[in-house]
Amino acid sequence: MTDFFNALTLLGNFLIIPGLTYGSQLALGALGVTLVYGVLRFSNFGHGETMAFGAMVTILVTWGLQSLGLSIQPLPTALLAIPVGILATVVLTLLIDRFVYRYHRERKANPVIFLIVSIGVMFFLGGLIRFIIGPGDQIFFDGTRFILKAREFKQMTGLNEGLSLKMTQAVTIITAVIIVAAMFWFLNHTRTGKSMRAYSDNENLALLSGINPDRVVLITWILVAALATIAGTLYGLDKSFKPFVYMQLLLPIFASAIVGGVGNPIGAIAGGYVIAFSELILTFAYKKVVLYLGPDNMELESLVQFLGTDYKIAVSFIILVIVLIIKPTGLFSGKTI
Amino acid sequence: MTALYQQYRNQILFSLMAGLLILVALIQSLSVSLTILNLCLISAIMALGVNIQWGYAGLFNVGVMGFAALGGLAGVLISMPPVSDAWQAGGFGILLGLVITIGTVVTCLFAWSRIQHLRRQRYWIIAVIIISGYALLRIFFDPGVDAVESINPSVTGYLGGLDLPILVAWPVGALFAAGIAFVIGKIALGLRSDYLAIATLGISEIIIFFIKNEEWLTRGVKNVNGLPRPVPYEIDLQQAQWFQDWAMAVGMPVDDSSAVFVKICYALLFIAVIGILLWLSETALKSPWGRMMRAIRDNETAAAAMGKDVTWQHLRVFVLGSAVIGLAGAMLTTLDGQFTPVGYNPLRFTFLIWVMVIIGGSGNNWGAVLGGFFIWFFWIEAEPIGLWLINALTSGMDPQSAVRAHLLEGAAHMRLMTVGIILLLTLRYAPEGLIPEKKRL
Repeated sequence: MTDFFNALTLLGNFLIIPGLTYGSQLALGALGVTLVYGVLRFSNFGHGETMAFGAMVTILVTWGLQSLGLSIQPLPTALLAIPVGILATVVLTLLIDRFVYRYHRERKANPVIFLIVSIGVMFFLGGLIRFIIGPGDQIFFDGTRFILKAREFKQMTGLNEGLSLKMTQAVTIITAVIIVAAMFWFLNHTRTGKSMRAYSDNENLALLSGINPDRVVLITWILVAALATIAGTLYGLDKSFKPFVYMQLLLPIFASAIVGGVGNPIGAIAGGYVIAFSELILTFAYKKVVLYLGPDNMELESLVQFLGTDYKIAVSFIILVIVLIIKPTGLFSGKTI
Repeated sequence: MTALYQQYRNQILFSLMAGLLILVALIQSLSVSLTILNLCLISAIMALGVNIQWGYAGLFNVGVMGFAALGGLAGVLISMPPVSDAWQAGGFGILLGLVITIGTVVTCLFAWSRIQHLRRQRYWIIAVIIISGYALLRIFFDPGVDAVESINPSVTGYLGGLDLPILVAWPVGALFAAGIAFVIGKIALGLRSDYLAIATLGISEIIIFFIKNEEWLTRGVKNVNGLPRPVPYEIDLQQAQWFQDWAMAVGMPVDDSSAVFVKICYALLFIAVIGILLWLSETALKSPWGRMMRAIRDNETAAAAMGKDVTWQHLRVFVLGSAVIGLAGAMLTTLDGQFTPVGYNPLRFTFLIWVMVIIGGSGNNWGAVLGGFFIWFFWIEAEPIGLWLINALTSGMDPQSAVRAHLLEGAAHMRLMTVGIILLLTLRYAPEGLIPEKKRL
């Protein structure tokens, strides 16, 4: 029986907790991509850099707070700084919309033109971020590192395997749950949220019933900026902040949004977890788990791994390609908020 | 004035570009100028490839990096000498793995065509075939890979190539890219335009992952150095009597002039390639085929109604454009003399090429070439210019000030921002680019 619990702990420590954390980060990112797609009808390649921008402002404010000696131990100070980061990102996205996207929207440009425009925005933001904070690694995490240490868990339960829970992991998962719940409440129960859904569902009908399109676009960008900042900061807290990484993150985020059904918020969240867990499940070495569950004198030479850990990020693209072939509309057929 | 510009636009713009390169030769050095020119030429060929897909057919391919890397891989597989120890140690396992992979794919395709009537179970059957094929592959393939990679890993550790002249790699690189493009096109071309973008972006990343990690084939992150050259080596030139005489006659030191000579040789090769490609693309664009492609691009439904097979034509043009990119990729590896998988990043190899096409003028081959020249020139020279600019702007400030140091440090990143702004401005104020597509009535 202990063997079974050992195997379970092992999976929990290396698969379930990291999967939930990474999945939450992807889900928040994909939610932003999906909102832009649902309302503004284009794939936003600038989203990764928007996340990086939000995280960057948060980091700068965090450093300011740290130098003032302010903190909310045991939680990381960055949580205090997030609202400022959101505000700055909202201003940025609204400015970009005003000076870049609005012109093309009024001319009803082709979605592909929007996509290329968003690549221009990506370049611009990427340069801006590197100019302000530099291309290097930034560590801004403070507060307690572990909520539960592996050693303590072992002592508590007497198992061979330890289960550890990092503060950043707990913060990420809890924040994601709160944000997602708030998001759905907003979309389903407020007038503004309903008008957004209506606009996404059928633009002409929405305009006919007196919904102000400018207001819908405005609210969308505000939500997207907030989601991007939170997702970017949580990712930066959990791993580390490096501008280049956020561009790489764009691909798993797109994969999450499409796998779930682009334009559909529930799909985006489900997609985030599907991508995160498949990355981990396919590249996890099950050797120890099999040894625990198998007969006592069993011996194993291989690592019992489907794919090398090097292929971790490639997994998301492989899933993306499979979904595109079999069911291009995604798991939860998308296109409406 | 504007009428004059309209009439001689191409000549004016290309002379401007030539002037810029000459300016660099005068201010920096001839060698720097030629280095930029060579990379300009390669970028122009990549831009031509993208233009064939986007400008002719409106296909949005963001997988340029992957095709360029495949072309580069061809450079290694064609020109490097084979490692016979590695072939003996693990060649059999790897070949068997290859056979198993092909067998699995063929079985899958065959089974798929036979089990269409089984609605839901068919996915499971395919999954079972793939998983068992994969397991079989791992059993035979992995020992072979381990054996190959353990043979003198610091120098070889891979199978090597065919030891053929590297010029052979250019068409082979194009073939590699075309082959993969065919598969990708089969999968993704039926999808909406932005799905094609994301799918190609993803697949190009998978290609890079593959190249980085399959060390038995590519040496991965250990790089392959010392690819043979199609042009003479500097060291041989310096010892040759005729070259020493020539250098004397030109009045340059022998070592400088040998470097310049090599670069000119490359430039001539590249110009020949770009000339042939331009001629071919212009002819294609004027032909009935080009007219049909434009018709499909401008109104797919109408073209389909006229009996044109839109998906098939898209596939053809996608394969063609990718082949051109693969060719450019092989040329790039040839010029570098090495294959460095880590060097492939989407910003430099995908998005920058796109900026070249958009700014040069989508749908116009000369525009794509000009865009390739201008943007690459800017990409390289933005750093010295930016540094000079910030130095000049902050010269009044205290040399020790942190702000100035930060600004100088950040100057290198200005080019990203500037390229973004140029792209956005072009899309808004001159969406047709520097050399717009010819209006045909």
